[in-house]
Amino acid sequence: MSDLIVSTVAQGLLWSVLAMGVFLTFRTLDIADLSVEGSFPLGAAVAAVLLTGNHNPATAIIAAGIAGMLAGAVTGLLHTKLKIPALMAGILTMIALYSVILRVMGKANVSLLNIDTVYTSLAFLNLSPNMTTFVVGLIIAVLIPVLLYWFFGTEIGMALRATGNNPQMIRAMGVNTDTMLLLGLVISNGLVAVAGAFIAQNNGFADVGMGVGTIVIGLASVIIGEVLFGSKDFKNSLISVVLGSIAYRIVIAVVLYLGMPPNDLKLFTAILVAIALALPLFKAKWDSRKVGV
Amino acid sequence: MLKILRQKKMIALAIGAVLAVGSFAGCGSEKKEAGADNSKVYRIGVLQLVQHGALDDSNKGFVDGLASKGYKDGANIKIDQQNAQGDQSNLKTISQRFVNNKVDLIYTIATPAAQIAANETKTIPIVGAAITDYKAAKLVQSNEKPGGNVTGTTDYTPPGRQIDLALKLVPHAKAVGALYTSSEENSQIQVKAMKEYAAEKGLTVVEATVTNVNDIQQAVQSLVGKVDFIYCPTDNTIASAMSNIVKIAVPAKLPVFIGDEAPIKTGGATAGISVNFYKLGFQAGEMAADILSGKLKPADMPIGLQKEAKVIINKEAAKAIGLVIPEELRKAVE
Repeated sequence: MSDLIVSTVAQGLLWSVLAMGVFLTFRTLDIADLSVEGSFPLGAAVAAVLLTGNHNPATAIIAAGIAGMLAGAVTGLLHTKLKIPALMAGILTMIALYSVILRVMGKANVSLLNIDTVYTSLAFLNLSPNMTTFVVGLIIAVLIPVLLYWFFGTEIGMALRATGNNPQMIRAMGVNTDTMLLLGLVISNGLVAVAGAFIAQNNGFADVGMGVGTIVIGLASVIIGEVLFGSKDFKNSLISVVLGSIAYRIVIAVVLYLGMPPNDLKLFTAILVAIALALPLFKAKWDSRKVGV
Repeated sequence: MLKILRQKKMIALAIGAVLAVGSFAGCGSEKKEAGADNSKVYRIGVLQLVQHGALDDSNKGFVDGLASKGYKDGANIKIDQQNAQGDQSNLKTISQRFVNNKVDLIYTIATPAAQIAANETKTIPIVGAAITDYKAAKLVQSNEKPGGNVTGTTDYTPPGRQIDLALKLVPHAKAVGALYTSSEENSQIQVKAMKEYAAEKGLTVVEATVTNVNDIQQAVQSLVGKVDFIYCPTDNTIASAMSNIVKIAVPAKLPVFIGDEAPIKTGGATAGISVNFYKLGFQAGEMAADILSGKLKPADMPIGLQKEAKVIINKEAAKAIGLVIPEELRKAVE
C-alpha cells in the first residue's frame, strides 16, 4: 500500500510540470491552449530520439523543452499575427505536430526500454524505481515552481501576468500584449514538452498517441488544486497546481482501484472536472446564503 | 475565515471518505476465494490499452486459454481486468498497481501496455498479445529467445503471403495501395516488409495513411485509379472501419486484402491470410498457464505465432468486384 502511495504521488509530481504549463496559459493568459496535446508528445519524441542516439538525458530534456517552445511560438504567432482565435490556433498546432512527431521519430513508437534515462542516471542512489521517480518528481516539482516564481516576479513576468488579468490596463502602460501572449505560450509549451520528456522516460517509450487527453489532465489538476488548496496569490497558486496534480492522480488511482468499468472512465473524468469547475460557484452561493441568514 | 476553514475540512473529509471506501473495496476484492482447494490462488493482472474488437478477443481468448489448462478465474486464479481506455497515462497507474499488489503474472494487450509494464517490473512475468514485433518494441532480446520476463504471441503474418494471395486473385496487378494508420507502429512494420516484398515482385506501392477513422474515405479515394488492389496490415483503425473502406473500394473494383478475420467475414474486405486474435489470446493464455505452473520461464519461451493462419475469401465481395477465384483457393471461400 505504501508503495502505491509513493508511486501515485511520484506520478502526480511528474505530471505537475504539465499542469504548470497549462496553468500559465489557462489562468495567467486566460486561454485554453490545445497545442498542449501536441507539444507533450513532441517533447517525448525529441527526448526519446536523442536518448536512443546515446545523448545524455540532460541534453534530451533541454532539447525537448526547446522543441516545445517552438511549438508554443507557432501557436502564439498564429494567434497574435494572423489573428486566429486562441482555441483554433492551438488546435492547428496540435494537428500539425502529429505529423512533425512522426517525422521526428520516423515511426509511431520509440521504445526506451534498457536505455539510459534520467532515472537510470540516479541508479547510484540504490532506490526502488518508484522512489527514483519520486525523487526526480520532487526535484522538478520544486525547481520549476521556484524558477517560475522568480521569473514572474521580474518586470517582464509581471507584465505577462497583467496581460491575462487586465489587458487594457497593461496596454495603457505601454506593454505589447501580443508579445506577452507569445511569450506565455512559449514558456507554457516548453514546460509541457519537458513534462513529456520526463513522462516518456518514466513510461519507457514515446508514442505519437500519448498526448490524447493531456489537456484534460492539465486542466483537472489546475482546477482541483485551486478548489482544494486555494489560489490567493501566485506562489500559493503554483503550490496548488502541484498538489492538484497529485490529488488528480490519487483520484484516478482510487477509481481504477475500485474497478470502475473502463468504458465509464472518461465520463467519470469529465464529471470530476465539471464538478471541480463548478465548485467555486456553489461555494459562492453557499456563502451568500449564509450571509443572508 | 472560520467558514472557509470549515469548508476545507469538509472537502478534506469527503476526499478521505472516498479514499477509505477505496481501500476497503480494495481489501474486499483481494480476499481469496474460499471453497476452492487450499492450493495457492494466483493473481493475474490484465492490462488492455483500449476497448476494441480485436483487443477484446485477445482478452477473452486469454481467459479461455488459461481455463483450458485448469486455471479458472475465481477458483485457483484471480484475474484483475483493467482497461486504460486509450489514455496512455492510465497504463502507468494500472501497471504500478499490479506491481505493488505483487500479482503473479501480467497480461498486456497492445504494444504501449506491454512497454509500460516491462518498464515497471523486470521480475513479474509479462505475457503480451496484439503486438507485432517484440524486438522492435525492445520488449525482448530476440523473438526466438526473449531472455527477460516478457513473452507472448504476435499478430504478425508475413506480408509477403498477403501479396502472394493477392497476386493469385488479381494476376494482372501492377500497383498495390498500402492503407494504414500512421500512429500504429505495428502497421508500419508490416507495410515496410510488404514494400520490400512488393519490390521483389515488381509491384509499385502507393501509400495512403490515415490518422483516424474520419480520414479513411479520402485515403481510399486517393488510391482509386492508381492501384489494382489494396493491402491493409493488421491495423486497429483500418479494421474497425472496413465497411467504410469497401463502400468506396468495391464500386471502384478494388479488392481489399487484410490479415484479420473479422473485417473479411463481417466488414466486407475481399480476402486475406488471417490472424485470429481470439486464438492468439488463447495461445497466450496457455503460455501464461505454463509460466504459472512453473514449467517454463518467459526468458526461454519464443514469441508465439498463429499456429494455422488460414486463407479466407469473402464470396460476396469477390463476386461484386468480379474476381475469378482459382481452383486451388476454392475451399477458402467463406
